[in-house]
Amino acid sequence: MPIIDVENLSREFQVMEPAGRFRRRRKTVHAVRGIDFTVEQGEAVGYIGANGAGKSTTIKMLTGVLVPSSGRVSVCGFNPVPQRKALARKIGVVFGQRSQLWWDLPLQDSYPILGAMHRMPEADWRPRFRELADQMDLGEFLTTPVRQLSLGQRMRGEVAAALLHRPELVILDEPTIGLDMISKEKLRQFLDAERRDNGTTLLLTTHDMSDIQRLCQRVLVVDDGAIAYDGQLTGLAEVAGAVRTMVVDLATPMHSGVLFSLPDGAVHEGIEANGIRHSVSFDPRRLSAATVLAAISSTAEVADLSLHEPDIEHLVRQLYGRARG
Amino acid sequence: MASPRATSSLTSRRATSSRAGDPHAPVTNFVLLKLLVSARLRSQLAYRGSFFSDVAGQVLLGLTEFVELYAIVHNVSTFGGMTLAQTLLVFGLASVAFALGDLLLGETDSMSETIRSGKLEVLLVRPLPVLLQLATSDFQLRRVGRLIFALAALAAALLLTDVHWDPAKIALAIITPLAGAAIFCALFLGAGAMQFWILDGRQFANAFTYGGRYVASMPGAALFFPIQIFFTFVIPATLVAYAPSLVILELDGPAGIPAWTGWLGLPAAVVLSGLMLLLWRAAIKKYTGAGG
Repeated sequence: MPIIDVENLSREFQVMEPAGRFRRRRKTVHAVRGIDFTVEQGEAVGYIGANGAGKSTTIKMLTGVLVPSSGRVSVCGFNPVPQRKALARKIGVVFGQRSQLWWDLPLQDSYPILGAMHRMPEADWRPRFRELADQMDLGEFLTTPVRQLSLGQRMRGEVAAALLHRPELVILDEPTIGLDMISKEKLRQFLDAERRDNGTTLLLTTHDMSDIQRLCQRVLVVDDGAIAYDGQLTGLAEVAGAVRTMVVDLATPMHSGVLFSLPDGAVHEGIEANGIRHSVSFDPRRLSAATVLAAISSTAEVADLSLHEPDIEHLVRQLYGRARG
Repeated sequence: MASPRATSSLTSRRATSSRAGDPHAPVTNFVLLKLLVSARLRSQLAYRGSFFSDVAGQVLLGLTEFVELYAIVHNVSTFGGMTLAQTLLVFGLASVAFALGDLLLGETDSMSETIRSGKLEVLLVRPLPVLLQLATSDFQLRRVGRLIFALAALAAALLLTDVHWDPAKIALAIITPLAGAAIFCALFLGAGAMQFWILDGRQFANAFTYGGRYVASMPGAALFFPIQIFFTFVIPATLVAYAPSLVILELDGPAGIPAWTGWLGLPAAVVLSGLMLLLWRAAIKKYTGAGG
């Protein structure tokens, strides 16, 4: 049985908009329109989309905060809103922007309370807490009040809090927002290990595409309330027609790219550093990096080169364009 | 030689396991409640300076309210047919009831902030009723300052008034502050629930909670007749202190608040609490979009 099973799920809101000086008109906004997807136990799924695409609304419906307008949703075998409290014991939720820790207390004081909320005896939550504190390096700031923690420290504390009761499914809403590179990487490593070791299912929304690259085998792209893409990240690149970019530094400056005699499917994009640095984009489905390099090397001596993978944010944007057009 | 030591270690282990600290003990509601409340208290003590000034402020606030009443009674000799000591009894009963209600559910009147900041969603994804989490997360110890002052006022009033105590009156004097506290809890709950519909409803909600306290702590006879009816039979503010005081002091009430209403405090508290709990449930349902 899938851990998340969503069928033809829709949610609309009634909002009032001004109509004339005093009158207001009721307007229906379709935040989520008829989405279908399932997530199996142990999967890691990235749920991405632009602001207002319907990500948070979907998450609210999955966690029992919001009732669907129509359609069916089942999470861990529960119907989220009517069985909200039972579901809460099976899932862990991290809202990147809001804290579930006790703000004025030392970080370590939040865990006994959360353990008790999940009806875990001390013999049960204490070892789990030690394990989490160890893996996430919470040790040095466990006695610091939460309000004094840095964002990265707090976020590690939040994730530990959401995982204390060994949830089957962890839903993370923008978990890495505002974190520095090291904190992001620590968090990703931890989540990945948690999934591999305990079979915990992960569903995360993010604007940071490297979160997806590092953590998720599968992405769901939502646009305007509908699923625009469901599949592997590499497949997304193909669907959206991604291009790779090769940047070469030449031994001697060249002030025009015309001489390169590039093969079909490769485009000279620009020149920097007084003719030293040239960038060439090419379609990875038609050309290999070696072919492109050979073409360039035949006219100029290449001193250094780097390859740039397609920017996923850009891909998603292209995909949105296709879905709309 | 080693056996006494072994025995003692065995008994001490048994002693440890029978204490509340047994790591395998199941988590009872009581344990959970104790943890939640103690976390809240420790949070408040985290800012010691502001905590003590808050307590002092609350005492001062209660005192100011009393001075206001005193100023009136001092100048007109009787206020709504009551002497200073009798007025103090009404004031004391009302203050104790309000302080208790405020202590438990006082901060539901900032519900709109809880909703707007998204904090409510955090509460909703935990396996506990939202109301229990709110009551414990907003258990404001500084409000104890108000309670201390209220108890002092009540004690003074009981000493100064000349009451012919009988079992019924003693029972009423004990039930009254508790029923009153329940009435204020219900009013706070209603005020919180209202803010799910009116997001800027805090001021409007305060009219019922703080307004209710204002009415509750003065002799009801001083009120305009329709207001008497409204604050007795619609919003039962006069039932918190004034009406029971009439019974305890053996006084006749005004037209809108006959003395027999002194016995209505407890039933009113039960009915109002029930209604407000229903309203609260509807409010949560409204938030989750499950109707209402």
